[in-house]
Order: sequence, then C-alpha cells, then structure tokens
Amino acid sequence: MKAQRKFAIGSFIIIATLIGLAYVGYTQSKTYYHTIKELPTLSPMALHQRMRVSGVVENGSIQHLPGHLDFVLQEEGKTLAVSYVGSDPLPDTFKDGAQALVEGNLMSDGRFRAEQVQAKCASKYQASPTAAPNSAETGPAQTSPATKGSEGASRNASYTKGS
Amino acid sequence: MDILGSFALLLALIVAAYAFFAGIAGIFTRRSLLKKSALNAGMAVFFLITVAVGVLEFFFFTDNYSLAYVAEHSNRALPAFYKFAALWAGQEGSLLWWSWLLSAYAFFVLFLNRKKHPELMPYVGVVIAGVQVFFLTLNNFVANAFNVLAAPGANGAMSVVALSDGRGLTPLLQYPEMVIHPPMLYLGYTGFTIPFAFALAALLGRYPGEKWIHITRRWTMIAWCFQTVGIILGAHWAYSMLGWGGYWEWDPVENASLLPWITGTAFLHSVMMQEKRGMMKIWNVWLVFTTFMLCILGTLLTRSGIVNSVHAFAQSSIGGWFVGFLAIILVVCFLAYWKNRDYLRGDNQLDSLVSRESSFLFNNLILLAACFAVLWGTLFPVLSEWVVGSKVSVGAPFFNQVNVPIALFLLFLTGVGPLLAWRKTSTDALKRNFAWPAGLSLVAGVVGFALGFRQFYALVCLILSVFVVLTIFLEFFRGARVIAARESTNLLTAVGSLTMRNTRRYGGYVVHLGMVMIFIGIAGQAFNKDVRAELNIGQTMKIGPYTLLCQNFDEIANNNYQSSRATLEVFRDGKSQMMLFPQRRFFPASGETETIVATRSSPLRDLYVVYAGRSPQDGHPVIHAYLNPLVKWIWFGGLVVVLGTLLALLPNRRAAIVLSSVRERAWDGTVVAEAAPAQVAVTRGASHD
Repeated sequence: MKAQRKFAIGSFIIIATLIGLAYVGYTQSKTYYHTIKELPTLSPMALHQRMRVSGVVENGSIQHLPGHLDFVLQEEGKTLAVSYVGSDPLPDTFKDGAQALVEGNLMSDGRFRAEQVQAKCASKYQASPTAAPNSAETGPAQTSPATKGSEGASRNASYTKGS
Repeated sequence: MDILGSFALLLALIVAAYAFFAGIAGIFTRRSLLKKSALNAGMAVFFLITVAVGVLEFFFFTDNYSLAYVAEHSNRALPAFYKFAALWAGQEGSLLWWSWLLSAYAFFVLFLNRKKHPELMPYVGVVIAGVQVFFLTLNNFVANAFNVLAAPGANGAMSVVALSDGRGLTPLLQYPEMVIHPPMLYLGYTGFTIPFAFALAALLGRYPGEKWIHITRRWTMIAWCFQTVGIILGAHWAYSMLGWGGYWEWDPVENASLLPWITGTAFLHSVMMQEKRGMMKIWNVWLVFTTFMLCILGTLLTRSGIVNSVHAFAQSSIGGWFVGFLAIILVVCFLAYWKNRDYLRGDNQLDSLVSRESSFLFNNLILLAACFAVLWGTLFPVLSEWVVGSKVSVGAPFFNQVNVPIALFLLFLTGVGPLLAWRKTSTDALKRNFAWPAGLSLVAGVVGFALGFRQFYALVCLILSVFVVLTIFLEFFRGARVIAARESTNLLTAVGSLTMRNTRRYGGYVVHLGMVMIFIGIAGQAFNKDVRAELNIGQTMKIGPYTLLCQNFDEIANNNYQSSRATLEVFRDGKSQMMLFPQRRFFPASGETETIVATRSSPLRDLYVVYAGRSPQDGHPVIHAYLNPLVKWIWFGGLVVVLGTLLALLPNRRAAIVLSSVRERAWDGTVVAEAAPAQVAVTRGASHD
C-alpha cells in the first residue's frame, strides 16, 4: 500500500510538471487561424495576435516592390491585401491562382504583413499527395522548401531560446 | 482487365463478410466445420486482394491511362521503380495497399495458428475479418482505385477513354526511400491489428492466462519494428527531400505515425509485468486497444485532412467513415472489457518503489503522457474550434517543452530499469549496480561542460546517454563473465552465447543502445547553425569550419524534369574538400518543383546545402547552408534498433547439454528426483523468454 501511495505521489508530481511545461509551450507557440471573412469580426485584441490566413492568390495581383512583395488573397468573395516582407525566396508554386497560406500580423491600415508564405499549385489540388503517411504532410510539405527553410530556422531559434 | 480488379475487390469484401458472420455463427453454434470455413475464408481474402493489387500494378506498368487513379499518379516518363510505388501515391491506392497488407498479415497469422489454438482462433478470425470488412467497404464503395475515365463519345453516350499520358507522380515521392517508407509504415499500422485481434479475442473468449501475449509477442515486435523503420525513413525523407534542414517538424502526419509507436512501445514493456508477475492485465488490454485505435486515427489524420485544414489544404469526405469505425471499435472494446472485467483481475500488487515493476510503471506513465501530449497538440486546432470557436494551432515549442523532459526521463529509466530487481531492490544491490555507471557519467558531464556543452538539455542527454551505455555494457559484461568462467571461453564468445540464450533480454538491450544513439543525434540539434546568403558566381560564404565558393549556376534537363543547379566548392582550412550540387528540379508532368539537397555527411556533422531559389527583391540566387551536428547518429541508431529487434525475434538457443544430461540421468531411477526440477526450470526459461 505504501509503495502504491509513493507511486501515486510520484506520478502526480510528474504529471503536474508536464502540464506546466505544456502550458509554457502553448503560450510560446500558439498561432491563430482565421478566414478572410472572419477578420472584420475579430475583437481588437484578437486582431493583434499572430495569425495564419489562407486564400487564393488573385490573378494579376502580384507586384514586386522594393523591400516587399504585394499581392491580394481572396476567399469566398472577400479579399485581403498582403505585403510579404520576408527575405526568403518565394516558393515556385506561388503564382496567380495558387492556394496560399500567409503567417504574420494584421496592420492598423488593414493590410496583412506576412513574414511567411506557403503556397501550393492549384492545378494539383485534387491530386494532393496526402499520399504517404508521415511523409507528404499535406500542408508545409507541398510548399517550396524556401519558405519551409525559414520556418525551420525560426522554429529552431525559438526552440533554443525556449529551453 | 479493370473489371477483373474491381471484381476481385468486390469478392474480397463478400468473402471477408462471410468470414466475419460465419465466424460468429460458428462460435455461437459451436460447429467446428463452420469455424473452419470462416478461417479459410479469412485466408482467401489475401488472394483476392492480391489479384486486385496485381491488376492495378499491371495498369501502371503497361502505361494504361484508362483508370483515373493511374492517370493521376503516373506518366510514361516515370522510371519503373516509381511506377511500382505510385500504387500508394493517392488515397484510393493507399487504402487498397492497407487492405492488402492487413490481409497478408491475416493470412500468415491464421495459417500458422489455425491448428494450435482451436478455441481462440475463431475469435481472432472474426476480429480481423471485421477490420477487413471496413477497409474493403472503403476500397469498393468510397475510394475505388478502379474507377475508369469516361467521356461522352460521338453518339453522346459515355464511354471509357484512355489518356495518352498521365499527370505524373508528385515529385515529393520521387525519391528512392519513398518506395520503402510507406510500405514500412503501413506494415506497422496494419501489423498492430494482430495483437489487437488476439487481445480482443482472448477477452471475448475468456481464453485462459497470458497465452495471447505469448502468441502475439513476436507479431507485436514485428509491427513495432516496421513502425520504427517507417518513422525513421520518413524523418530521413523529410531531411533529404524537403530542404528545410530538419527531419521532424511535429506535423500532424508525422505525429500520427508516432502515436501508435509510443503506445506500442509502452505495451512491449508492460506485457513483461503481466508475464512475470501477473500484474497490469487491464492496462495491457487497453494499451493494445489504444494502439490499434491510434493506428486507425493515424490513417484518419493522414487521409481526411481534418487537422491539416489549419493549412487549408486537401480535404476529403472519407473522415466520417473512419470516425464511425473508431466509434464502433471503442464501443466493442468497452463492452468486451465490461462484460469480462473479472477475467482481468491482477495477481499481484506493487511491492516497492525501487523495483523493476515500478520502473515499468513509470515508463508506461511517461510514455502515455507523451502520447497524450502529442495527440492533444495534434488535435488542438480541432478541439479549440469546438470549444472556443477559433482554430488555434500549437507548434514545435509546445511539443518540445513536454516531450524533451519526457524523453530524458525515459532515457534515465532505460539505464535504471534493467538493473533493478523484481519486487524490491536492496540498497546494497543499488550501490553495487549503479556506483560505476553513475560516477562515470557524472565525470562525462563535467568533461562535457568544460568542453563547452552549456545547453542544459543537451548536457543532461550526454550524462544519461553515458549512463545508459555503461549500464548496458555492465549487464553484458557480468553475464558474459559468468559464462566465460564456466565454459572457459573468451569474453567475446561468451557475450554471443549469453545473447543467444536470452535473445529477448539482450536483443532488448541492443534496441536500447540504438535508442541512445538516436537520442544523441537528436541532442545534436541544440548546436545547429544555419546561414543564408545571396551568392553570385565567384562569391563565398562561411559556415562553421567550411567555406563555400560559388563556381557556377546551370540548367540540366531530361524527359522527366528540368533542373537548375548550383555548383559549390567546399573548402576547409583553405583546402578544397569536395563539390556540392544543390538543385531545384521542375517536373513538367505535374507542374511541381522539388529541392534536391546537397549534403556532406560525417558522423560528427552534416553540411547541408540548399539552393533556395532567387531572391524576391533582386533576383540573385540564394544559398541556404546548414550545419547539423550528429544527425547521422539517428540513422545509424535506427539501424541498431532494427538489429536489436531482429535479435530479440530469434528463438533462444537452449542449453542442449543440460537437457540431454538430465534425460540420461532420468533413465537411472536414483537421480530422477533431483533431475526433474532442473528440466522444468530449463524448459520454462526457454518458453518464457
């Protein structure tokens, strides 16, 4: 009986520690996902959080400008103007009509400031290689490695900081 | 031809349904002929699905693009090697592949055991057939790989058409490992059906004792081994193919493969408690149920896109089927457990906190915590949408925060567990067993710290790795020394002989050694570096001890792809080391681009170079170089894990001399009394381990 009680106490300590760590990890890495339609309905606080938004790149909207690259995402008739400010080369799959996922912040003027852009060729959408389990991760795997690179690097950086 | 395939598939469903219902009828009516016919039907399913798979492969190899699936995932220019692998490149094919592998397992299990356990096997056959009916229903009616392409003909009627060429296999899968990796992982996923079927069968049939564990031990290890290989190959594929410098991203699909592996690992350990001490019976049954359900969940996550919808990519309607199937399994398992829970009463309780039992308990607790954390993090977007209405995803920091300490604690238990005695370990034994390993690993920690290992977790990992390796060597050394003295052989021969006498135990230690190597490789991540720079011809960039000189950019092409290639010369200490050729390949058939990473790999570090494309601002080529220490240890560690598992699968070599001498003496009436217990001891030892 005594051994069982000790085991129970030990388990409790372990689980409590892990829950604490999980919470820290959660606050460090949570990212909100919103649809373009949702954006106007968000509370001011939610608007300033880091988020991901997805949509289709509007035809002819891609503009190369000094220091950044602008384009427009659309989804269900709503549009969102995006400025990509990252230094990574964009994926080759990023072109007119591509499915894109941007990560960053909404600025006060309503533009989206994207630090990362993932994109996927629309034509192959149906035949997506969800194929091999474990391997072809549906999301990031399909994007060009270039953006993937920055993601990996930034995650590694935050990992080192975190631990 | 396609008719043959779809007909074989339909017949397979009918035969599997017959195996299921006839099996149940046979069990209730106790008619042995009916039971036998159900088992035979279960075996026949294998041949029918084999025909279907064969037909589909025939279409791939003959470039017949009249089937939608073949047209979607292959093209004429695709090398034959990949035409074979294109079978599992999409939803329909990989579900067919699932069914086929399961039917292959089922065939061998039923064939090998059909005469040995007449009471248990009808139940096993029914459970397996139930799973097969589900997958074959999907194969036939939801995701049929034999759908033909049709178009309106001249007279307006729809007729079958064949495309002249297919749309090609996605380039991400055009990599040699992708031919091996999915089958391995699927062999793992499907393989866990076998222990699940036996556990449920034993529970339903109230089959006495721990027999189902003895029967399925090897099957579980085989499934576990395939799952391990699958995960490691997947990580290696991601590392060499995705070009972001890492091998594990805590992506939902990666996590899906890890979940059953974690519970499977817990199960492999906790069954020992049941075998040796009659404890944890309920736990074990539920562990194996959970493992199987996680396999199904893994297939669901991979196939349905419910979690990946965070990335807003591929969706499919198949999710509902899997959710329904999971619910049915859960209900069946729970009812079976509730009805027969008295059958699972334990024989013993925990005696001491410092005992082998307790180390296994902590091992299981911590593995389950890891499994839960990974599951929670993976499903978080779905859960948060249900609860608070907005999708929130968690990333690598969440998973690392929880799993890194868990992994290190597991590493600690790996070192401690095998040296603790069953029931209770005395303080004396503790000192004797742990003084040297603990002392030396602390010394290693101090040396590591002095050499600049300042990252906390990496330092702890170093200390624990040394500790585990020393305890394992000590185990081998102590056992071998006794044998060497008794049989007057040298120590090395004695190690071999020791291992062969108890393959499960010493094979297990080899698996542990492999895991330590994997841990060392992962810990190397703490020292990763990367540099990204625009590099024109003649310019250089520095990373760690290496200097990269850009010599050229050019284009190469064949009929499968066009490639932009960078030519970089690698210098170290002013001396030229080698040339690296990172590439970006464009595949016209699918319209996709793929990165070909160039690496210079050594046991100490990988130099990993990616041609990242052209800068969005000025169009200059960008090279991204990574320096990843110790990554190779992960792949080698995986190899060692596989070798250890294979070793543990071998039958024990019996001590033949002892047996024969006992028999000889038994003829002589005077020594029977003392010889008999010896014989019992020998045979029992052999059957147990």
